[in-house]
Amino acid sequence: MPTDTLIEITYLVATALFILSLKWLSSPTTARHGVWAGEIGMALAIGGTLLYQGIVDYKLVAIGLVLGCIIGVPLGKVAMTAVPQRTALSHAFGALCVTLVGTSEFYLRAPNISPFMMAVLSMEVILGSLTFTGSLMAAGKLQEVLPQRPITYKGQNFVNLGMLALAIAIAVILCLHPEQMKLFPAMIIIPLIFGVMLVIPIGGADMPTVISLLNSYAGLSAAAMGFVLNSKLLIIAGALDGSSGFILSVIMSKAMNRSFTNVLFGGFGQIQAAAAGVQEQRPVKSATAEEAAAILSAASKVVIVPGYGMAVAQAQHKVRELFDSLTKRGIDVTFGIHPVAGRMPGHMNVLLAEADIPYDKLLDMDAINGDMAQTDVALVIGANDVTNPAARTDASSPIFGMPILDVDKARTVMVIKRSMAAGFAGIDNPLYYLDQTLMLFGDAKNFVGNIVRELSGGDGHH
Amino acid sequence: MKLDIITSLYVFMLAAFIGFEVIRRVSPLLHTPLMSLTNALDAIAVVGAIILAGEHKSQLAAILGTIAIVAATSNIVGGFLITDRMLRMFKSSGPKRP
Repeated sequence: MPTDTLIEITYLVATALFILSLKWLSSPTTARHGVWAGEIGMALAIGGTLLYQGIVDYKLVAIGLVLGCIIGVPLGKVAMTAVPQRTALSHAFGALCVTLVGTSEFYLRAPNISPFMMAVLSMEVILGSLTFTGSLMAAGKLQEVLPQRPITYKGQNFVNLGMLALAIAIAVILCLHPEQMKLFPAMIIIPLIFGVMLVIPIGGADMPTVISLLNSYAGLSAAAMGFVLNSKLLIIAGALDGSSGFILSVIMSKAMNRSFTNVLFGGFGQIQAAAAGVQEQRPVKSATAEEAAAILSAASKVVIVPGYGMAVAQAQHKVRELFDSLTKRGIDVTFGIHPVAGRMPGHMNVLLAEADIPYDKLLDMDAINGDMAQTDVALVIGANDVTNPAARTDASSPIFGMPILDVDKARTVMVIKRSMAAGFAGIDNPLYYLDQTLMLFGDAKNFVGNIVRELSGGDGHH
Repeated sequence: MKLDIITSLYVFMLAAFIGFEVIRRVSPLLHTPLMSLTNALDAIAVVGAIILAGEHKSQLAAILGTIAIVAATSNIVGGFLITDRMLRMFKSSGPKRP
């Protein structure tokens, strides 16, 4: 069999394995098979490529592969709390690879490039370079080496759209006149700056949407690279990644009742300024760990609502102890997970799974909201805006219309919170002033730990 | 050449539909592993980088190609490793197997 055919067959099998890989990921029981299928497909495709007769320099390839492994292994072993920034970083790496390959292809082929080829190549490098810097910015914000607060200035959208338009204009010129090779660097540099400017106005709570969107761009740029190289395997892998990122972006935007454009161009800056003016002091009821433990032990159904604050306080292992202690008393404990809780899609599920909480106790918003009225205690840990009933009732609220976890329908609501300071978006939460709400002031990890201690101390009373 | 492009567009369209239908079914529970897995699969771009570096058609292509291999390979290795680590953590409350 000719080598070329053999290579194409390895690609074909790899493609099938990639699709199966995603199919098996649909359920936790088969998900690990999905990883294996992906790994086998990847090994086949790389092995097949190495047979390619045009390869004369195996040394560089080997250096690249070995260095990649050396960098990749620690990136695969980061702590679960660091997964959002790791994911953003890997989007940056993927986009970097695509941009570099696109750049090389341009200089190898120009000026003999057809308009269509130049169009996809432009799409590849524009999407690739803006995803590269955008993802680096997102990773920096998530790692907190960059300021997390959104930075906005007057005319921001005008500047951003202007830059994007300029990059596209250059792409159009290059399509018509590919011999204008000196324009090409500008088509990379402008999107590189655009990527930075795009993420500057985006705050922490919008990160799940932005990471998903960057994921989608990374996939699309890889698919464009597939068109340039005429590689079906790459087109399919890029399309799968692109649609995955797109679906997640849609889910995240819906969960915040915002459009893509609103996330990208809206910013939350204006809202903060508006909300800061109407701070008023209203009475809240607070409770101690002992009282909280007494209420919890008298309950028969408890729903725990975790948010990013739980991740910040590293409270997930204490939450697991609480879960154990309540479950042992025969209390039904489930978790209500809002789609945008945390800093990336599914963030809370991974943290709670790491703490050994069985995944069948982790319910998404639609599954848990129906049970809320039969719930004795809803315990909110480090979540704020996703529990704000104003989203349902107050048409003037900036988050009006956003689907929320209806914790206010539970008989008792307990909220663990550091202080009465407003949440990320600076929006006051009427939940805290309800009759059935008790505020538990303190650090999430310590407070949950204290409740667990009270519960185990109180065993004799039953 | 023209036909190649049309075929490629068909492939892209079909793959996007498959992606939609398959990924729509992924439980929200697994959205984080989904993202890290698709990221690893997306790093199949490494095959383009390998050919670029291996063919050594120009100094620029060889250097950029090698850097591209490093970036993509780190995504493959890191992506699969962390996805598997995450998925191992998801346990059901049903009876445990020995």
